[in-house]
Amino acid sequence: MAATIRLQQERFDGALEVARLAGGRNDIGAIVTFTGLCRGEEAGLPLVAMTLEHYPGMAEAEIARHVEAAEKRWPLLGVTVIHRFGRLTPGEEIVLVIAVARHRQDAFAAAEFLMDYLKTRAPFWKRVETAAGTSWVEAKHADNISADRWAPSPSRQAAAQ
Amino acid sequence: MKLRYFAWVRERIGKPEEEIELPAGITTIADLMHWLSQRGEEYAHAFENPKIIRAALDRMHVKAETAIGGAREIAFFPPMTGG
Repeated sequence: MAATIRLQQERFDGALEVARLAGGRNDIGAIVTFTGLCRGEEAGLPLVAMTLEHYPGMAEAEIARHVEAAEKRWPLLGVTVIHRFGRLTPGEEIVLVIAVARHRQDAFAAAEFLMDYLKTRAPFWKRVETAAGTSWVEAKHADNISADRWAPSPSRQAAAQ
Repeated sequence: MKLRYFAWVRERIGKPEEEIELPAGITTIADLMHWLSQRGEEYAHAFENPKIIRAALDRMHVKAETAIGGAREIAFFPPMTGG
């Protein structure tokens, strides 16, 4: 399976990444693309910027582990994951997940699985700047529930509380 | 052994990483957090609620009860907010 994992400061072009992954092939029946964007509002205040800190080395390895898990679970023909770090402004893209497969169910499921795990397991932390100052974004319990549904584990649920 | 800190754990401690000699009697991640929390006000602040601090041992997520063994790098950080 073709897997591309990139962490980068610069912006990316989702359409170009789809073409890179799926262009020139005729075995693919479904392409699911998810792009996460930086919203222009945080807790009711206009957002000036968002800064993403990450753990170099571990972030790539952790994403790769989940791409391998997705590949074992669904018959995929390719995956691309791009996650940005550094300072982003509203409207800019943060993350891209592309999953391609023969059938749409596998591509949808794999893309959602990867996003749920990126939210809770990939070592990235968001800090937002508003007129009220800067603050670290708090992890959402709902994101843990989303990730847990793929592999229910009592210990992870306990850790989230 | 190298310790690395991220996000508000890094900010509270005031440095991104440091080298330490693991003291005798410290065998788990939880032991290490407790020992660190007694190293000064900044550490006490960072580890004031150890239940919410996540840890990675040689770049793999681990639980607090995990044995440190011969780890080369241990990282402490808040719950992750990527994606």
